[in-house]
Amino acid sequence: MNYVADVRALARKDLLLELRARDTLPAMLLFVVATFVVFHFSLPAHSSQLAASGLLWVAIVFTALLGLGRAFVPEREQHVLDGLVLAPCDRSAIWLAKGIATFAFLGAAEVVALPVFALFFHGIGIATVAAVVLADVGICAVGTFLGAMAVATRARDLLLPLLFLPLAIPIVVGGVGASVVSSPGRYIWFLALYDVVFGVLCWATFEYVVTE
Amino acid sequence: MIRARKLGKRFGDKRVLRGLDFDLAPGGFAVVTGPNGCGKTTLLRICAGLAVPSEGTIDVDAPRAAIGYLAHDPLVYRELTALENLDLYGRLYRVPERRERIGMLLERFGLWDARHQRVASYSRGMTQRLALCRVLLHGPELLVLDEPYSALDAAGAELLDAQLDELHGDKTLLVSTHDPGRVAPFATAQIALA
Amino acid sequence: MGRSYRIPLPALAAASLALVTLALVLVFYVAPNDASQGFSQRIFYFHVSIALTAYACFGAGAWKALRHLWKRDPRADLESYVAVHQGVIFGSLVLLTGSIWAKISWGHWWLWSEDELVLFLVLFLFYAAYFMLRFSVDPGPQRANFSAVYALFGVVLIPVSFLAIRIAKSFVHPQVFTLHGPNFGGWMLVTYCVAQIAMLVFAHTLYRVELVGKRIDARLRELRLG
Repeated sequence: MNYVADVRALARKDLLLELRARDTLPAMLLFVVATFVVFHFSLPAHSSQLAASGLLWVAIVFTALLGLGRAFVPEREQHVLDGLVLAPCDRSAIWLAKGIATFAFLGAAEVVALPVFALFFHGIGIATVAAVVLADVGICAVGTFLGAMAVATRARDLLLPLLFLPLAIPIVVGGVGASVVSSPGRYIWFLALYDVVFGVLCWATFEYVVTE
Repeated sequence: MIRARKLGKRFGDKRVLRGLDFDLAPGGFAVVTGPNGCGKTTLLRICAGLAVPSEGTIDVDAPRAAIGYLAHDPLVYRELTALENLDLYGRLYRVPERRERIGMLLERFGLWDARHQRVASYSRGMTQRLALCRVLLHGPELLVLDEPYSALDAAGAELLDAQLDELHGDKTLLVSTHDPGRVAPFATAQIALA
Repeated sequence: MGRSYRIPLPALAAASLALVTLALVLVFYVAPNDASQGFSQRIFYFHVSIALTAYACFGAGAWKALRHLWKRDPRADLESYVAVHQGVIFGSLVLLTGSIWAKISWGHWWLWSEDELVLFLVLFLFYAAYFMLRFSVDPGPQRANFSAVYALFGVVLIPVSFLAIRIAKSFVHPQVFTLHGPNFGGWMLVTYCVAQIAMLVFAHTLYRVELVGKRIDARLRELRLG
């Protein structure tokens, strides 16, 4: 199928760009570990385990923001995005490919971050891992979408967190719920719902973000 | 192939194009001239499909896959090699016999030896030649070229002359330039923006 | 200059004035006192009607956004922006009235236990970012597209956020305080309905006024360009 081939070609390009530049992923890793250390000092002596779980999700969202801010920078430099938009492929493929690549980096960062979290604070259950995966889908879908808009504005890096955080609140609720509550099923479902609803919305409207 | 009627374009409070009428028949070669800032790039962007007019109408009788646009920027990724860039565009434009065609173009524009180097290491002239490869890769019916000679050295300019000679009459061209004399042998029409 | 609406603006403004006055009279003089909360609960009539009006404004903004994206309606971008603007104004009033009600009823200026208040806080943040987005892009088709798409995200966020706030209750710090609206019956229902209609008409009037102003600005700019 042509669409899949387009997404694959574009995603390969995005992964290749990051592997060459080698700056975003190490920065995310360092940032997330540093954030954990800050959390240790932010939690007063008798804070519950649950407080740390909550903070895990804060760390995930802000680490993701770090990576998302960079997502469309190669395209905006010298307007390469115009070249992609001119191509006959469906414009939503640009978003999907970029989202997949960002998901890969965020996932790679978390593969390190989650064990570090377990080391510093407390163990992580399977529900949390499932929630992290689903949350990543939502974060990457919405974040890449907003990143494409933010990078076209004057405010750029200032704007992305402002646009993203209100939309990230439901993700945080789903994630923390799944990590903390004894029957996390509801929260996992909620994260899946978020992913589907916003995924479809992003897919349907990305065309308008990159064209006039 | 292109028909514009009362074409106008505004950017906020600045009016860049106004009341423009022109026709470009298939196989025609139109040269766009005018001083800096008069809207040449804007006009070409509209014809390529990257911008919509604020007023008036424009009909471009070519699908996206049949349009090739050369912008001020080369529209290539600096951190990828020439080959990787062209391979990406080749896939997106579904170019048949992609590898062969890329090889042929790189060779024609003298970039074959540099094909595995990142574009960031290229000179400006080389980058412009790569951009030309990108534009020609999918064999477009309509070529929209924004000051194609601007970054080229003498050798590169000669390559472009040869290319335009080959294309004119067969494909439709819309070219903006500060040096209309150079393309005068091919031109069938002129659009002068005041 | 603009196409003629069915209801002329002065008539709309007069209707607003009349309805709001009527609502005030009903709320403060006619509606019976709520047994448990007394006089303070009267703010509830405005709080809820303003909240629903805000939702209506955001919904209208999203609808106009859709018309811009889908039908390329040239008027829709401005209409969407003004609708969202009204939504934010009324949304701020929701936070204000809710806060006052909470203070009077429980002595706290903010209650995390009130789902609607929290929802409006999230929406306020979201739509404030809408303005930051809009003012960070030069006027033109791109700005209109960005605004429209973001307005659509907003309207989808409303139910998703509401659900999130609901399910968050299991683990978020529980608060015992909640605000209860009065049990409806008789005059209370009438008062509420009048207040609601008054707020909707008032919002529509403000919307039309702002739209006229913005259209005049745009036309002036066009004329100046020559």
